[in-house]
Amino acid sequence: MTEQPVLELQDIHTSYGNIKALKGISLSVFQGEIVTIIGANGAGKSTTLMSICNIVPIEKGAVFYYGEAIHKRPADTLPARGLIQVPEGRRIFPRLSVEDNLDMGAFFRKDHAGIAADMGHVYNLFPVLKDRTRQKGGTLSGGEQQMLAIGRALMGRPKLLLLDEPSLGLAPMIVQKIFEIINNINTINKTTILLVEQNANIALKTAKRGYVLETGTILFSDQSDALLGNPDIRKAYLGEI
Amino acid sequence: MEFFIQQLINGLTLGGIYALIALGYTMVYGVIQLINFAHGEFFAAGGYIGVILLSFFAANGLLESHPWICLAASLVLAMGYCAMLAMAVEKIAYKPLRHASRLAVLLSALGMSIFLQNGLMLTQGVYDKPYPTSFSLGRFEVGQITVSYLQITIVLITIALLILLNILIFRTRIGKAMRATAQDKTMSSLVGISSNRIISLTFALGAGLAAAAGIMVGLYYGSVSYYMGFVPGIKAFAAAVLGGIGSVTGAMLGGLIIGLVEIFGAGYISGQYKDVFAFIILISVLYFMPNGIMGENVDDTRV
Amino acid sequence: MIRASKDIWRGYLIGIVWLLALLWPLLGIHSDGTLSFSRTLQVWLIIAVITLLLILITLLYKNQKLTWISGPVARTRSAIGSSSQKVPTWGWIMLAALFALTFPLYTGRSAQDVAINVLVYICLGLGLNIVIGLAGMLDLGYIAFYGVGAYTYALLSIHFQLSFWLALPFAAFTACIAGCIIGYPTLRMRGDYLAIVTLGFGEIVRIILNNWMTLTNGPNGILGIKAPGIYYPSFADGFSIEHLWLKKLHYVYYVVLLLVVFTIIAVHRLNFSRIGRAWEAIREDETAAELMGVNTFKLKLLAYAMGAIFGGLAGAFFAARMRFVSPESFTFIESAMVLAMVVLGGMASIPGIILGAMALVVLPEVFREFELYRMLAFGASMTLMMLFRPAGLIPAKRMGKRSEEKEGA
Repeated sequence: MTEQPVLELQDIHTSYGNIKALKGISLSVFQGEIVTIIGANGAGKSTTLMSICNIVPIEKGAVFYYGEAIHKRPADTLPARGLIQVPEGRRIFPRLSVEDNLDMGAFFRKDHAGIAADMGHVYNLFPVLKDRTRQKGGTLSGGEQQMLAIGRALMGRPKLLLLDEPSLGLAPMIVQKIFEIINNINTINKTTILLVEQNANIALKTAKRGYVLETGTILFSDQSDALLGNPDIRKAYLGEI
Repeated sequence: MEFFIQQLINGLTLGGIYALIALGYTMVYGVIQLINFAHGEFFAAGGYIGVILLSFFAANGLLESHPWICLAASLVLAMGYCAMLAMAVEKIAYKPLRHASRLAVLLSALGMSIFLQNGLMLTQGVYDKPYPTSFSLGRFEVGQITVSYLQITIVLITIALLILLNILIFRTRIGKAMRATAQDKTMSSLVGISSNRIISLTFALGAGLAAAAGIMVGLYYGSVSYYMGFVPGIKAFAAAVLGGIGSVTGAMLGGLIIGLVEIFGAGYISGQYKDVFAFIILISVLYFMPNGIMGENVDDTRV
Repeated sequence: MIRASKDIWRGYLIGIVWLLALLWPLLGIHSDGTLSFSRTLQVWLIIAVITLLLILITLLYKNQKLTWISGPVARTRSAIGSSSQKVPTWGWIMLAALFALTFPLYTGRSAQDVAINVLVYICLGLGLNIVIGLAGMLDLGYIAFYGVGAYTYALLSIHFQLSFWLALPFAAFTACIAGCIIGYPTLRMRGDYLAIVTLGFGEIVRIILNNWMTLTNGPNGILGIKAPGIYYPSFADGFSIEHLWLKKLHYVYYVVLLLVVFTIIAVHRLNFSRIGRAWEAIREDETAAELMGVNTFKLKLLAYAMGAIFGGLAGAFFAARMRFVSPESFTFIESAMVLAMVVLGGMASIPGIILGAMALVVLPEVFREFELYRMLAFGASMTLMMLFRPAGLIPAKRMGKRSEEKEGA
């Protein structure tokens, strides 16, 4: 019997008004994996994550999390179940301090000792945040905000972490660092990760498997090495001519 | 000079009242970008519950024997009542319209305002309802300046409430959650904050403060009327806008300014046109400085 | 049916208990120190039962249990609908015109009185419709223009003995100026703020009317305004021009009918003109309109001014009919009523506004005994309409089709 996936999407259809964004997406993510969804702008990558979290309601299809159907559940119940998203654009609470942002990540938790310990861990992971703990989130740089966003998600002790374009707008060196940390979260904390990225290169190097999304449908699904070697993919997404 | 100080004291008292009402407008606008037209009616309802309770206590002799306990009890109960009322109004008239057009929500709010006003009229009568006169604390004078103990009580209660609100919003977890929801509602859902609960809480808090203001106004002027929410509601909204809609500190500042301007305007310029000053400030602020003093504090990510 | 509606029943129970908690303090605690429950329970039970019935009916309807009623009803509706399609629009208009013209011949004074009120409100509704329905701006202080027009004619009549017909342009003019004054600062504001600011302006006008004793005589109002008069040729003893004061009710009726016809034609022409289309563009998406070269500022100001003009004309008529004006007639509630008419009847839809005016004037007359509950019902119905039928009773037919338009009437 095959292992039950942490996350399974079955034939998801989502629309914005009359515009169909997702036209039948099916994918699975298994325990301990890093899986990536790559694709061009507007392909529907962010919509996929938002549909998983029920921020954008699904028209047709189902989402299963550890075997349980979650597509009808309110979005704010998901973090308590271990499903946490770091959305596109970081979305730091701009007028809350760094510390308060992190605190909000653990809002649904009641164990204050655990929360304090976790905050310590996050500061160890991202020392630059420790220097700015009282600073308002909106005043941080792009890279710092990304770290804060990831740290905030970690405060919820996620079992499944959804990351939406963590590299967006960041300098290559910082992107490297962030992806190192993403890797560590997966290997050390054993967190399952679904990573949506436009930077196909680093995404496919970090993830084990990948899905290629284009205008709402999945074109390819394979191991990352295979995708990296695929000439069509190289042409379309990896910058080769 | 003494006239000035007298007006100053009166203005600060009135300003505190406006601040309490303005907070409700600003907090609700901060989370759901709606001007709650019915907010003035929470103020009026608070005043009425206050009268009802205090009159009841007075008739049973309790007001004579334990005035402060009765006042405190009436305050708390009226605030609780209006909190419940506000949550009901939100559930019925605003929540179903969260994704509807702005016009629809505005009209629903307007309808609720008229409904509540007339509900008060039908259940409590058309005439002004007087506060029990046995609750009279006396006054003291410093030269030409008269300060009543009631005024001092009102100012103290107002300050206490404002401080409590400040602590709640800026130092507690739930307060941070409220601010997070106001700054980015979608993201707050994604970290596990229930927007629905926060919105209900916001309405409840705002209405509670308005209710407190209502009782104090009723005590101060001696009576309440079913339409008493209309004009103060607009002025309090002006105060919220002046301070920067969505900003709690702004609403407090705005309320004080509007109160002072109204009293000084009435004292030095014209008593008849005193209501007009707040409107003029509102229109000027919206024209010249629409973000208000402290700047807007709403969900910038709203589509 | 039971499983899906468990939420509904739970909601109902919570709601009904909540209602009791809110209702009792207002009805049950008395200032003589006693507590009572009978009155509260009376009112509460009535509301509980009515809501229960409504929920049951809705549930049954949703579950197709009521097809024995809804089937025939739907069939009749479509039958009426299709047969009325066969009558061309001008047929309806002729019918309406015939009815309107001959109305005073077979009705008594009170009916004519009501009719005059309806027509005045139609005029106001059409004027407000220009601002809200056509240009998409929410104006909560519209009644101010009504007041300005009324007082203009009042003052001109009293001080300068100007006749009604000559004063009409002046009333339109002053209302127009008022519209520009109010419109100018508010044009930049977004919807919510616009509403409150116009509300404030409406109140300011009322306060000024109430307090500027030397000009307006304050709360005492202005008496002795002259009714409209006409000159007509008479061939009784040779040719002469006679003057007649149009004081009789059916004369007044025809004057306002004339006004309304004029307004309907004007609004209709505006609606389908270039200006009307520009307004629609602004209403739909102001930024896009601006980018396409539509001078939003001028057009919005124009909308305000035109709306104000029709309000002013109606106001002048009001003054001529009542022969007395006071600030009492120009309160916010009047603005709200006109607004309700436009919105509930169907924004930008002329038949909708007419229906709205009729409903809002006739229904309170019909339910005279429930006079006390009039405003309560009014407020409740505004909210309910927004919850269940935001497009209005007779929604406007659009000129083109929009891509997102899914739902019909």
